[in-house]
Amino acid sequence: MNSLVKVVQGVYHDSVSLMRVSQALSALQGVEVAVVAMATPLNLDLARDLGFEIPPAEPSELLVALRAEDVTAATGELERLLGELSSRSVATESAGFPPRTTRSAARLGEGNLVLVSVPGEHAFGEALDAVEAGLPVMIFSDNVPVEQEVLLKRLAEERGGLVMGPDCGTAVIGGAGLGFANVLRPGPVGVVAASGTGAQQVTSLLDLAGVGVSQVLGVGSRDLSEQVGGVSAMRALRLLDEDPATELIVLISKPPAPEVAGAVREVVDKLRTPVVTALLGTSDGDLTSATAQVLDRLGRPVPDWLSWSRPVAKGSVRGLYSGGTLCTEASLITPGGFVDYGDDVFTRGRAHPMIDATLRLEALAKLEPGEVALMDVVLGHGADPDPALRLAPAIEAATRGDVQVVIALVGTEGDPQGLRRQAEALHQAGASVFTSNAQAARHAAGSAR
Amino acid sequence: MTLLPADPHVITVGADLLGEALDAQAVPRTPVEWRPPLRGTAAALARVLADPRRSAANELAVGRLLSARPQLVGVRPAADALGLERGTFLHAGPPITWERASGPMRGALIGAVLLEDMAATEEEARRLLAGGRVRLDPCHHHGAVGPMAGVVSPSMWMFEVRDAEHGGTAYCSLNEGLGKVLRYGAYGPEVLERLRWMGSVLGPSLRDALRVTGPIDLRGLIAQALQMGDELHNRNRAATSLFLRELAPALVEAAPAHAAQVLRFAGGNDHFFLNPAMAAAKVSTDAARGVPGSSLVVAMARNGTDFGVQLSGLGDRWFTGPAGVPDGLYLGAYGPADANPDIGDSTITETSGLGGFAMAAAPAIVKFVGGEVGDAITATRSMYEITLAEHPAYQIPGLGFRGTPVGIDVALVARTGLLPVVNTGIAGRVAGTGQVGAGLVSPPAEAFIAALNALAFDK
Repeated sequence: MNSLVKVVQGVYHDSVSLMRVSQALSALQGVEVAVVAMATPLNLDLARDLGFEIPPAEPSELLVALRAEDVTAATGELERLLGELSSRSVATESAGFPPRTTRSAARLGEGNLVLVSVPGEHAFGEALDAVEAGLPVMIFSDNVPVEQEVLLKRLAEERGGLVMGPDCGTAVIGGAGLGFANVLRPGPVGVVAASGTGAQQVTSLLDLAGVGVSQVLGVGSRDLSEQVGGVSAMRALRLLDEDPATELIVLISKPPAPEVAGAVREVVDKLRTPVVTALLGTSDGDLTSATAQVLDRLGRPVPDWLSWSRPVAKGSVRGLYSGGTLCTEASLITPGGFVDYGDDVFTRGRAHPMIDATLRLEALAKLEPGEVALMDVVLGHGADPDPALRLAPAIEAATRGDVQVVIALVGTEGDPQGLRRQAEALHQAGASVFTSNAQAARHAAGSAR
Repeated sequence: MTLLPADPHVITVGADLLGEALDAQAVPRTPVEWRPPLRGTAAALARVLADPRRSAANELAVGRLLSARPQLVGVRPAADALGLERGTFLHAGPPITWERASGPMRGALIGAVLLEDMAATEEEARRLLAGGRVRLDPCHHHGAVGPMAGVVSPSMWMFEVRDAEHGGTAYCSLNEGLGKVLRYGAYGPEVLERLRWMGSVLGPSLRDALRVTGPIDLRGLIAQALQMGDELHNRNRAATSLFLRELAPALVEAAPAHAAQVLRFAGGNDHFFLNPAMAAAKVSTDAARGVPGSSLVVAMARNGTDFGVQLSGLGDRWFTGPAGVPDGLYLGAYGPADANPDIGDSTITETSGLGGFAMAAAPAIVKFVGGEVGDAITATRSMYEITLAEHPAYQIPGLGFRGTPVGIDVALVARTGLLPVVNTGIAGRVAGTGQVGAGLVSPPAEAFIAALNALAFDK
């Protein structure tokens, strides 16, 4: 095997596009490993862990690390793939000079909503452009300093705008799913969520029960913290209260700061529209029980949530999550060691674990015999187009190693990946699969006693 | 719920995947071609963008730039107009010493010393200049600008331009023509002879003619010239013609003995109007100076060694980087090896939304920017990405009479990595050579990075 390591200046592509290039290269005959990523400290460490000697490099530079029988052939393919990424920008450029900033795009006059997903340290300027242009903005990016979030939300409040995020994973506005978005039927439930996967869990369960949504407004994982003070949650609640299509509001959050929770509940009490709250870590219960409450309030029956169960033997639970709220919910239900791979520290210069399962699969492979792996798999637009494809062999390997796997599968039948198809593939590989994360956690916990 | 659109059209900036997810749902969108900011600007950008003064400060500063009404009000000797004393020489760009001065800058200074009779020979002039017994100062520090070397000495005559809106005044020397001229570093006998004639005949005749015409509206003249194919930096043919049309009858009346000579000289030089255009640009950008918190660029200038920029919010401080060598077309047998690094205050035209920024208005000179009309249009289009406004009077017919991109925001330069497009003449690197070509030059990113960091962190 031959190695090649190089650092290229003046080339930028987003982490997802580069992940695709890395995967395409790794899939080539004779290529053992390929890392093509922006040279962030995390990515440099990963490459070092893979045994590469890495020269000093800046996050604005492109790192290429290859180990292959024929390095020349692999670099040839690399050049071709990077060329393809660049030629797309040439194509848009020849059609007129494409906007380079959100400010410039907003001046074109057609946009009425902004979705920001640049690296967190650069998200502020783009989001500020949106606020200054009077457009509602969803900031998918994480790693945005909290003082920038506070400033953006204060400015938006002054101008009557709305800032969803940072670290806002999902939203559905006017029928368009933004970020990681499940395909949901239209309906009477409006959602305000300081938690992307929390919103995805509740709306996917509602969809399974035949109930749709009017709008899903993410507000960012820190919105109900003391520093941010729930500014966007309160604004979103009022917006949904004025929405004729919304008959019932669900408010979802990871454990909020107590005084902020109090202030938000005061706003909730003044709304005309009934509100079901699912603030984890308070007396509200879990997301599945909140969903049941919503169905009760709408006078709809609560179904048995779909599952593909297997018996699980006693063992300590290891939570390997991609969704922060799902991780928190599960950890409140069952004791064990939990890691949220969607956390900021794992996503600097790297695609989110819902897109790139590499880190979670590595962790799964390292579990001890007898342990129970509790994982979430989230479907929908933006997520891995076929998560079972990479997960099933890893589950089979884990099962052979006497590691038991329990999966919370969040998604709908309308999602591009197909809920049942994914569930069956994962189940066949040896996993227990639940559409309710709370039930998955209890199933894993049942074995842990 | 008017805030939340019923028919979303999404501006997407960042990961392609999330944009593709919208495409899969048939949701219309406008993708932003985002890329990381210039190296070493992320922290400064966060701070400058968060400055609560920024938005209003930029609006005020660029508003003043756009509303300036430059008028040519007179022609006067520099000694009188600028109070320039014997032994003081102005030059283009940020401050420079004789030791660091390039060939054409040295050549022009030698010529000016000879013109002022402070030395009898070139050798004597060199000794005088090297000995530090003359004072060198940027034109910009005296409300003036000069093309190429931009050397101004007390006996040279200057166009005087007043901003009828805000009351400022700016000056620029008279244009000598092309070829072997002082501003390109030539100082031979024919150069000095021409300068003496300009001082004794051209200057006084123009002064007398202007007394007849009264103030000439340069804003209106520039607007017309743009619609006639000039960009007012490398092409001034239309503007020069319009200018002479205004002046000719008055010249005949005011200076009948010299009128033919003066008109022949000015009419034989397609760049005669460059200098009034530069003074007009200077008086307009000066109106935008001194607004605390503003990230607007109010000057870009080169001395043949350094490229410097100044910001509205940072007073008279210069931020510099090494001047680049222009990429362009060369005269005769000259080539890139003969070229001096970028030189001149004429980038004041780009600073005010003309020159390279108005390239789309001047298809006749597209050879300077790559050869195709499309390249000229792209050059102008790209500049809208780094400017705060579009000029209400300076319009480009080929872009549907869209106003030229005006008001460079150093924060937008850093965010987009797009540097100002600058058209320029190219001087020979050896003192005494003169002009060797014309083309396009890229300013050094360092100057803009330094300016942004100073705006962010210096108190």
